[in-house]
Amino acid sequence: MSARWARTRSYAVRAGAAVTGLTLLVACSGPASSGEGAATTSADTTLTVFAAASLQTPFEAIGAAFEEANPGTTVRFGFGGSSGLVAQLTEGAPADVLATANEATMTTAESAGLLAGTPRPFATNVLQIAVPADNPRRVDALADLADPATKVVLCAPAVPCGAASLAVEKAAGIDITPVSEEQSVTDVLGKVRSGEADAGLVYVTDVRGAGDSVRGIDFPEAAKAVNTYPIATLKGSENASFAIKFVAAVTSPDGQRVLRDAGFSPATP
Amino acid sequence: MRGARLGVAGVPWLLVPAALGTALVALPVVAMALTVEWSQFWSLVTSEPSRDALWLSLRTATVSTLLCLVLGVPLALVLARSHGRAATLLRSVVLLPLVLPPVVGGIALLQAFGRRGLLGGSFTALGVDIAFTTTAVVIAQTFVAMPFLVLSLEGALRSTGTRFEDVAATLGAAPSLTLRRVTLPLALPGLVSGTILAFARCLGEFGATITFAGSLQGTTRTLPLEIYLQREGDPRAAVALSLVLVAVAVLVIGLTRARRSSLTAGTP
Repeated sequence: MSARWARTRSYAVRAGAAVTGLTLLVACSGPASSGEGAATTSADTTLTVFAAASLQTPFEAIGAAFEEANPGTTVRFGFGGSSGLVAQLTEGAPADVLATANEATMTTAESAGLLAGTPRPFATNVLQIAVPADNPRRVDALADLADPATKVVLCAPAVPCGAASLAVEKAAGIDITPVSEEQSVTDVLGKVRSGEADAGLVYVTDVRGAGDSVRGIDFPEAAKAVNTYPIATLKGSENASFAIKFVAAVTSPDGQRVLRDAGFSPATP
Repeated sequence: MRGARLGVAGVPWLLVPAALGTALVALPVVAMALTVEWSQFWSLVTSEPSRDALWLSLRTATVSTLLCLVLGVPLALVLARSHGRAATLLRSVVLLPLVLPPVVGGIALLQAFGRRGLLGGSFTALGVDIAFTTTAVVIAQTFVAMPFLVLSLEGALRSTGTRFEDVAATLGAAPSLTLRRVTLPLALPGLVSGTILAFARCLGEFGATITFAGSLQGTTRTLPLEIYLQREGDPRAAVALSLVLVAVAVLVIGLTRARRSSLTAGTP
């Protein structure tokens, strides 16, 4: 109860600080800076890793192993859409390592001058057909998705998974007319999971993480749209040596095994 | 006409938080207007996806508002003239969408009307598919917007009381005539502002729509969904379209004010 109150109060204080910042902004229209941030007063090291949402399960496992191997170290994660993460970093979010779901967003981060090291590809991910567990339309190949009676949900072409979907459609020479073009892979998966849609295109790792409610179907054209995941240390890092160590942990055989268990493929086949 | 003056109820320091409050709301909108690329504004907001989204938004919001009126006016009448536990319970249920996050509303709608939802099977048997259709958008909008109309009208009905209705009844007016000639005209300002509020809420609906109806150009992708998507592909278009929505909102507020002052003019 008191902890919750303290948390509420801290939100109020932060909101108050934001409003005060606003006052300064209005008064002198200068940049308002607040002293808030990740101030670590203890001797312990806290490493902040920004990573694509699809990496959550394997990265949390790698993070736990990293903490165990380096006593006194805490690894904090910020998971989210890759472009959103890069936008946050550009606006000054403090982090030590960045791992994105495609190379384009990493290039954006590189041109914004955010990176300390060269990005290293560490995993790949391909699309898979996701169907509800009972597969009501008996889908078993990509061409089945072109059947107008099958309700297919895809990512919108503006987001990376939608671009990948377009690429496999083109490779297969088919034209899928989706009933909905969603904002993200998770939205597509949600529609398939609830049975609203008969099929969708998502990443292999998403199907793996969804458990029994969704079944994944491989298709050969997926090889035409392979997503490469790069990782890099960030310029703003205050623990550069630990950041490099974390990248090494991800690319190490142990890290690669965790990623493979989650459905990822190695970066250089 | 009273003189233009900001009242501070004799407590001058109230002006400081009041000014901050104003800045908190106004500053982001002004910032948006300042950062939009005016040279490309027109081409950004008249692109085919944008026009489709705006047109779909206007169409669905109109239909949903009508639906809100058909269902909400009787509901407000029942609520305003009821007392006791049952009325309190009914009010809590009807106002629920007001306090629920819209995405929760969307999930709830899926459980009811989705293909594998409570009623979805019966709809499918009838050959009616709701998911991924414009109907789903209208249902989502009506769900979230109706409480605004009910709340506004019920307040107006309660504040006018039943005295005039009683008088009409003693003069021999049938209940339906009283409703038409006395009750609703008296509550008209509340009805109008409630309708406009509901329309505005329909236009802004996002969470329930994206959860329940999906997102497809021309069918289910309303303006807020288009803005959210453009944010990913072309952030400038997102800002430009947001400004269009702000303009519509300002228009709605202006309309409410104008209607209200013209309606209340002449009443003490």
